[in-house]
Amino acid sequence: MATAVEDRADGERQSPLSDAVVVRFAGDSGDGMQLTGGQFTLSSALAGNDFATFPDFPAEIRAPQGTLFGVSAFQINFGSSAIDTAGDAPDVLVAMNPAALKTNVPQLKPGGLIIADEGEFNDRNLAKAKYDANPLEDGSLAKWQLLKLNISQLTMDAVKPFGLGNKEALRCKNMWTLGLALWMFDRDRQPLVDWLNAKFAKAPDLAAANVAALNAGHAYGETAELAGPLKQHHVDPAPVAPGLYRTLTGAEGIALGLVAGAQLSKLPMFFGGYPITPASAILHHLSRLKEYDVTTFQAEDEIAAICSAIGASYGGSLGVTSSSGPGIALKGEAMGLAIMTELPLVIVNSQRGGPSTGLPTKTEQSDLYQAVYGRNGDAPMPVVAARSPGDAFECAIEAVRIAVQYMTPVMLLTDGYIANAAEPWAVPDLTTYEAFPVEFLTEVPEGGFKPYGRDEKLARPWVKPGTPDLLHRIGGIEKEVDTGHINYAPGNHQAMTDIRKAKIDGIKVLDQVVELGAEGGKLAVVGWGSTFGPIHQAVRRQRAQGADVSHIHIRHIWPLPANLGELLKSYDKVIVPEMNTGQLKTVLRDQYLVDAKPVNKVSGQPFTIAEIESAIEEALA
Amino acid sequence: MNEMTTIARPTTLKDWETDQEVRWCPGCGDYAILKAVQRTMPEIGTAPENTVFVSGIGCSSRFPYYMETYGFHTIHGRAPAFATGLKLANPELDIWIVTGDGDGLSIGGNHTMHLIRRNLDCQIMLFNNEIYGLTKGQYSPTSRVGTTSPSTPYGSVDRPAQPAAFALGAGARFVARGFDVSKELPNVLKAAHAHKGAAFIEIFQNCIVYNKDVFEDFAAPKGAEDRQLWLKQGEPMVYAKGTKGIALDAEALHLKTVDVVDGDWEAAGVIVHDVTNRSVAHMLVEMRFGEFPMALGILYDDPRPTFEADVVRQNKAAAEGKKADLQGLLKKGQTWTVTEGGPEL
Repeated sequence: MATAVEDRADGERQSPLSDAVVVRFAGDSGDGMQLTGGQFTLSSALAGNDFATFPDFPAEIRAPQGTLFGVSAFQINFGSSAIDTAGDAPDVLVAMNPAALKTNVPQLKPGGLIIADEGEFNDRNLAKAKYDANPLEDGSLAKWQLLKLNISQLTMDAVKPFGLGNKEALRCKNMWTLGLALWMFDRDRQPLVDWLNAKFAKAPDLAAANVAALNAGHAYGETAELAGPLKQHHVDPAPVAPGLYRTLTGAEGIALGLVAGAQLSKLPMFFGGYPITPASAILHHLSRLKEYDVTTFQAEDEIAAICSAIGASYGGSLGVTSSSGPGIALKGEAMGLAIMTELPLVIVNSQRGGPSTGLPTKTEQSDLYQAVYGRNGDAPMPVVAARSPGDAFECAIEAVRIAVQYMTPVMLLTDGYIANAAEPWAVPDLTTYEAFPVEFLTEVPEGGFKPYGRDEKLARPWVKPGTPDLLHRIGGIEKEVDTGHINYAPGNHQAMTDIRKAKIDGIKVLDQVVELGAEGGKLAVVGWGSTFGPIHQAVRRQRAQGADVSHIHIRHIWPLPANLGELLKSYDKVIVPEMNTGQLKTVLRDQYLVDAKPVNKVSGQPFTIAEIESAIEEALA
Repeated sequence: MNEMTTIARPTTLKDWETDQEVRWCPGCGDYAILKAVQRTMPEIGTAPENTVFVSGIGCSSRFPYYMETYGFHTIHGRAPAFATGLKLANPELDIWIVTGDGDGLSIGGNHTMHLIRRNLDCQIMLFNNEIYGLTKGQYSPTSRVGTTSPSTPYGSVDRPAQPAAFALGAGARFVARGFDVSKELPNVLKAAHAHKGAAFIEIFQNCIVYNKDVFEDFAAPKGAEDRQLWLKQGEPMVYAKGTKGIALDAEALHLKTVDVVDGDWEAAGVIVHDVTNRSVAHMLVEMRFGEFPMALGILYDDPRPTFEADVVRQNKAAAEGKKADLQGLLKKGQTWTVTEGGPEL
């Protein structure tokens, strides 16, 4: 996302297929759409385009074939200038069956292209998609361009020489489709051929069949070009700074950032997790990184996951746990203990639609209250929010830094969109990151050992069990100032509550910057987390049309940057787009008495740029 | 137990006492258990700084504050999870978990089960007083049917959990029983510590305020020989001064009590205790007091590889020959280089 060094987007696009294109692959869960999308993404990267993606898949593992709720889709927005979002409305929709068409065609841009596998539009599948008549035949798709192809049959024909069974042969459909897409956008096939050969190294027949399907799809495009709506379209490379790039998902960004944080703090990492969508991917990534001094532990439940991480922190490791809203709710009591015992801990929340089980595979930002306020007692805890997969890497390091320097649990917020979406990422040079090595207390300091004595940051000493002469006991009962003994005295509780608050309030975070626009003016659009893309693009477009609007994006949700209040007061109006019913808005109003107005969306889908643009226009009207 | 914790520096009971005022009710069985533990520690020869007491919530869970070791008084029922993370972070530590019938079998039953099945190397002392003491006397998961309490004024109706049977069912490789004022308790603790793996000890504890003398029927000194069966490895299961014993009814496949005449236990068919016999252990933990004496001591002891040792071994094997090159890792995956001429793989 937005790796392009120069922004060329200038208001409305003149032609639907010009500097940026949005393609959506949609099919049945078993059609391999995520794989197709992933490979098309790599091809976009190699073509030098900037891009952003949005995988959108069902909660069911193997939803019944052909059903509306079993549709899996992957959207990519790629272009020759900065791309901030996965795109509002697709220009091209590839629909592998009637259900995919029905659930996705409403979003397609008027005049956009539908490529449909008519081989799958039989009575049975039409009935499953609840179509009374075949939409490919009844003229109901007239406002779009329609290309009907019997992809199933064309694929079967292409892979015939390899003697696969019907089922296996049809599995190559996605490669046929990918081949056609590669031709459409003038892409090199060779990296995909290499990838297929590597993937199916142990089954050369399957490799050959998939390559044949890919080639056949590509060849179809070449020969069919003149006949219908299919046109080849070239998107120029985006001007990108030289360097090494890779695709990065948010889950990878978090996992790698945590490892980097552990290395910078010179600590072994202990990760306690419990399976939950969409957070599990972090556990999966880390469990393969044993050589980085990472121990992963799949606990019996969410509570045990965080408690084991706190136990490991007590033992001198960097304790980390991760979950999504429902699991975070279960961890609440243990977070309070980490606050009371002042042990470092990173808690990653990959937010999803709530409340309760809610929408497990859909994105939302509705756990901000939970992160900032969601514990019993006065239990302040720092909260850091990532805006994108690449930013998740930086935020994970920041969360580790705060945790170990201030001896506190830290909540790191990401969401389902960031976790699964991929973006191009300029691989950072780790030598440019400043280390923050932890110093454990190993002997009795001058003046005696105080388990709850404090340094200038108000952090207490970290002592590893096993250290002679520093034996002490900690726990969840109120601690006496300095000694850490049990103490219920009124004055002591007041003092300790004040200290815990002052410690968190005093955390040094960078001043808030204006992402786009100016300090002061008519309107500030304030966001946090994964709404960065649509807000940024919307503000850019509105500014190109002369609007006085600026974009502010908050990483440090708690404590907030010291200059934020003054900055917000320098605008006539403040709007806060969030994928919740107005949570950051409430915090900002509470903290600064600013008249921040909410812009909310809770559909499980990210904001579109157009939605933010309308909100800006309305605010400025 | 831990192999690494044996040290040369000797300690005395005093070395294991903190300066904190003990806050249990006068006469509480916890005092006796605390003394037994403090008396045992010098004998097993571990170092206080390598020892950690981890507890949950409840009367028993105040225990760590009174031990001059490292200590972590955590949250209700979750001590096993904290202990697991701590042991994985530092397998050298000697960890004792202190829990109760409510903490370990009700709110924390899940964690107790998983700690035992994973076989984390630690000692689990479950103080069973068949009541919730700290919350003022509600019935607990081990309370007998009909227990009247503030929450069960007409008597409890649910059947109690049996801690030793629960532990064995969860896969425990060491199960023992003792009671607060028993002079045998230090020996039980020593055996638990000597066992490498999760060692589960049910300690009957007298709550003198809310469940006074509930174990008196077998724990009372008077007539104890008739009501207590102290199990000893390699010795016949006899009690009542050798006049009674435990034998196997081979047809019905259950245990029975038999009379031993003139000390000839063999003739009476009395079983010799083999701590590694899991089948007999299952029968011992199910033995109903009344019909049988209370089985005490080491009921079962047959070690298996421990969880943390297997984790460490796997981590080492997986890391073998690999370098922790994070910069290299960042460059892995789908990468391309952008040069002046454009992107390339």
